[in-house]
Amino acid sequence: MKRTLYIGAVAAGMMTAGVAVAGTLEDVQAKGHVQCGVSTGLVGFAAADADGNWHGFDVAVCRAVAAAVIGDSQAVKFTPTTGKTRFTALSSGEIDMLARNTTWTYSRDVDLKLTFVGINYYDGQGFMVPAGLGVGSATDLDGATVCIQTGTTTELNLADFFRSNNISYEPVPIETNAEAQQQYLAGACDVYTTDRSGLAATRASFENPADHVILPEIISKEPLGPLVRHGDDHWADAVRWVLNALISAEELGITSGNLAEMAAGTNNPEINRLMGTEGDLGGMLGLDKEWAQRAIAAGGNYGEIFEAHIGESTAIGLARGLNAQWSDGGLIYSPPFR
Amino acid sequence: MAMTSEMTGDRFRLSMLIYDTRYRSQTIQVVAMIGFMLLAAWLITNTVQNLSALGKPIDFSFLGEPASYDINQRLLEYTSRDTHLRASVLGLINTLLVAAMGCVTATIVGGMVGILRLSRNWLISRLMAIYVEGFRNVPVLLWIILVMALMIESLPAPRAFRGENATASLQVFDSVAITNRGVYIPEPLFSRGLGDVSVFGAFSISLDLIVFLAVLGAGIWAAAWVRKRADRIQDSTGVRPVTWWQRIGLIVIPPVIVLTALGFQLGLPALKGFNFAGGIYMRNSLIALWLALSLYTAAFIAETVRGGILAISKGQTEAAAALGLRPRRIMGLVILPQALRVIIPPLISQYLNLTKNSSLAIAVGYMDITGTLGGITMNQTGRELECILLLMLCYLALSLGISAVLNWYNERVKLKER
Amino acid sequence: MAGTSFVRKELMGQTPPPMTSAGIIGWLRQNLFGSWMNSVLTILSVGFIAIILWEVLPWIVRSSWTASSLRECREAIDLAWGDHVDGACWAVIRERYLQLIYGFYPSEQYWRANLAFILLLVSLAPILFPALPRQMLWFSAAFPFLCFWLLWGGTLWLPIVAALGFAVGYLAFIAANRAAGQLAGAIAALLAPVVWWIWLAAPVSRGLDSVIGIGIEPVESAKFGGFMLSVTIGITGIALSLPIGILLALGRQSGLVILKSLCVGFIEFIRGVPLITLLFVASTLLNIFMPPGTNFDIILRVVIMVTLFSSAYMAEVIRGGLAALPKGQFEAADSLGLDYWKRQRLVIMPQALKISIPAIVGNFIGLFKDTTLVSIIGLLDPIGLTNNIRADVNWNGIVWELYGFIALLFFIFCFSMSRYSMYLERKLNTDHR
Repeated sequence: MKRTLYIGAVAAGMMTAGVAVAGTLEDVQAKGHVQCGVSTGLVGFAAADADGNWHGFDVAVCRAVAAAVIGDSQAVKFTPTTGKTRFTALSSGEIDMLARNTTWTYSRDVDLKLTFVGINYYDGQGFMVPAGLGVGSATDLDGATVCIQTGTTTELNLADFFRSNNISYEPVPIETNAEAQQQYLAGACDVYTTDRSGLAATRASFENPADHVILPEIISKEPLGPLVRHGDDHWADAVRWVLNALISAEELGITSGNLAEMAAGTNNPEINRLMGTEGDLGGMLGLDKEWAQRAIAAGGNYGEIFEAHIGESTAIGLARGLNAQWSDGGLIYSPPFR
Repeated sequence: MAMTSEMTGDRFRLSMLIYDTRYRSQTIQVVAMIGFMLLAAWLITNTVQNLSALGKPIDFSFLGEPASYDINQRLLEYTSRDTHLRASVLGLINTLLVAAMGCVTATIVGGMVGILRLSRNWLISRLMAIYVEGFRNVPVLLWIILVMALMIESLPAPRAFRGENATASLQVFDSVAITNRGVYIPEPLFSRGLGDVSVFGAFSISLDLIVFLAVLGAGIWAAAWVRKRADRIQDSTGVRPVTWWQRIGLIVIPPVIVLTALGFQLGLPALKGFNFAGGIYMRNSLIALWLALSLYTAAFIAETVRGGILAISKGQTEAAAALGLRPRRIMGLVILPQALRVIIPPLISQYLNLTKNSSLAIAVGYMDITGTLGGITMNQTGRELECILLLMLCYLALSLGISAVLNWYNERVKLKER
Repeated sequence: MAGTSFVRKELMGQTPPPMTSAGIIGWLRQNLFGSWMNSVLTILSVGFIAIILWEVLPWIVRSSWTASSLRECREAIDLAWGDHVDGACWAVIRERYLQLIYGFYPSEQYWRANLAFILLLVSLAPILFPALPRQMLWFSAAFPFLCFWLLWGGTLWLPIVAALGFAVGYLAFIAANRAAGQLAGAIAALLAPVVWWIWLAAPVSRGLDSVIGIGIEPVESAKFGGFMLSVTIGITGIALSLPIGILLALGRQSGLVILKSLCVGFIEFIRGVPLITLLFVASTLLNIFMPPGTNFDIILRVVIMVTLFSSAYMAEVIRGGLAALPKGQFEAADSLGLDYWKRQRLVIMPQALKISIPAIVGNFIGLFKDTTLVSIIGLLDPIGLTNNIRADVNWNGIVWELYGFIALLFFIFCFSMSRYSMYLERKLNTDHR
């Protein structure tokens, strides 16, 4: 059994491949794919199908980035990360970007040295309870058993909320959404708390969604967005403006359907700048002129991505709410392309 | 060696470091040491470089900051304002708790299964074989998850106890509530309790418990003394005085007096609000982890026990039978004491395995030290190196401690070979 | 009185044993109802088995194999067996079993994984069954390279060049041995392959590949998952840990104080901490220990930590094997004038390893089961995949079917291996007595 040889073979094969020198954008273009950290599985946001293809709201951001910087929306390799491993994976350079509904917080930005490039989903922590319990407000939850997903900001918000309202509770920390759901349905906890998007997605998958209510309280702000490492502004810019391009595209009425038409040239200078038919925004980013076209073609504009993965037409059925365009009363707002 | 030294003469040459057997081993050692130190230095420099690049130099001060998360199973007082250090200590205590419970249960179940597997009853021995093979050949992580899922899915929720037409009811004279959130058992309460005593201001211990244990311990010691005296009388006179009632009295009566004096009563669990209140609450995560770990480890212990029993030569059984002992006494007086010597060393490593496997608590959300220090604390502070280092040190100390104690015990019971 | 006799002259015809001690009844009496206690136990066990079967069998049988989501499944079961019947939804296994086995490995490349597995069995055969021709060991030695190439793909030259490292080491040994003696030879034999692998292997293989390109489609390790991942980590870990374990065991046995304490320290440290902490190291710290900018695959990192973990246990197994050897073997080897390495290589190790094989197989079973822990750090092994499958909208809420399937596969794997190791133990035992 002389398997020592593996060391040599494997090490030679892999170690030489991964030594990063240049900026991330150049690296990504050189290796020909974006290494994207996603969740190990969260309904609507990231999940692999039977053929191993990843789908979801977060996944779509990665695909748009890949389409913009490499030219192929399939040139993404996904690294499933847990709450524990996600930041180290990013800061060690194992992944190029993280799109794993991660809340933008001060300490993550400043202390953990990460750069949040924008917000693709405005969320807030809420509570779901069975309708039969007759609970109308989160302050009625004194003594309740609460299922929380561990490894997130959720557990801190929860501790703060119950402490400030001076009521007691019994936390049940759970690693994944699937298990939390199982415990909640079986009555092992009275309340399930996580981001309201997650609650809605979970509720939608129940046999009788009407038997469960989501309480009105939102106990935290959870701005979720993709993030990259500190210190590589060029790459951060690329990811940031891909996301902004998707958002602007919706605002400007560019969809994957009318993309060709828009790219042919319009009377709106901003559309033209975005499509690359006027000026050279792509060149400033170190990309070609059609970068935004490809990003939009990958999965549609922000609104289309939303509808395809978590919108009201899907099983998850989230309303746009805060995540509508600013012009429709939401918070989604892209700086101008100028 | 004396010869070589005479032959090579007195002058030391550098080449002797390699070719002279007197020096060669030293050379090898020094080279190994240098190699090891180089490796360590290399790793440390890399680490320091990387950490300074990440902007988080090694720093344990986060341990003194508020943890700001809650822990459900608290054997010491703890609130979310307490420090990360205290949260880690709580986690460590939870680890110790489940490890201790698991070791005791695994030994009992494993011992019984091991003996029953040798039973002449065909069905029983087959059933035990299925149990052993089934548990041994499926990963313990899967067992933990499965037991947890089984508890959650098959036991009634506290809701089911509520209302006129409740579908579930309390067990054992209405004193035990078995729910899918865990099991509530009666707790001891003292109406004239002595209160708590604070230890170093860090945590407090119930004085009632201390008094009760002290009295019980004294009773047991006294009973042992009575037995020894009986032994001495029997040795000298050949007649054994009847002492069993004295011994039982010594053990039972003083604690009963203490309990009455303290106003002992049982606190029964009762449905209140969302949950049961009162009683001792064993959470489903604790029970799932405890059961899965002990059943899994028991399967290994059963094999050890079986092996130990089979290792005792058949002559011992036959000799004991020839003395007229009954089968059960043969097992208890002749086979097991001898088998124990074979069993104990592997048993120690099974205990260690169980303790280490308790780190899988994370799969069911039991807040052991991997869940607090290596879980939420690590997540929230982002201090991976420090947390993992501390975590490993804790487990290492735990393992070395357990094996030191058990090895000492093993030395004591080991057959003294002469 | 002469005619009377009290002695029976002819044998009485044999009567069959009484009904109660022969045939089925006899067997039952002896084995199930031998005593009062036994009868109680038997009845209890029968009751226990009956309850289990009563609960589980209907669930297994009243199932749906064809649905494409949990909801359809429930509808189909309701339709077929009546309302509110709880039945298994095996459809999820039908849809996902390939994923549970191969992970995200491209489906048109499954043959490579299959072939690698078959070749693994072939290469193990000469080690496990001594009756087979010894020449097959050459194949066993070549197998790791072949397997690496089959699984990860890419150019064939890489494994060949990596294997050449051993030839390089051998040549360096011969050359340095001639030139400067045995010790120089040993040093050269250690250094030359390292130099070869670190600095020369990659360019040489690239060069060869550009001249004559032979290769198959590369598959990156992120696509590894399911049982294939478990087997890969398990086999690689155990195979790599064998040589390290041998060295550690020898170090622990040696009289060199520093060397010995280093080995003991390493072994006890690794054995004192849970595997999960080492996996945390793999997932969060290993990159920090490496020179800045180094970054390698999570699977490789896990394999490294699993190897370290397993080598400590392997060292103890081999130490057991060494301890079981009669002292006469060491003395006999010494008296033949063999030096340390020759003694180990020719006399001690072949015997010690042979005795250790059952324990090594046991170690492997343990390691294979422990690979499920990688799901905690986010790798998609079978248990990690259950999470991913349950995150699919269609299968959200499914539990028992997936866990049951995984448990069954693990059981089949581990049970057959443990049977083999028991067979081997029996065989080795008779060899000794």
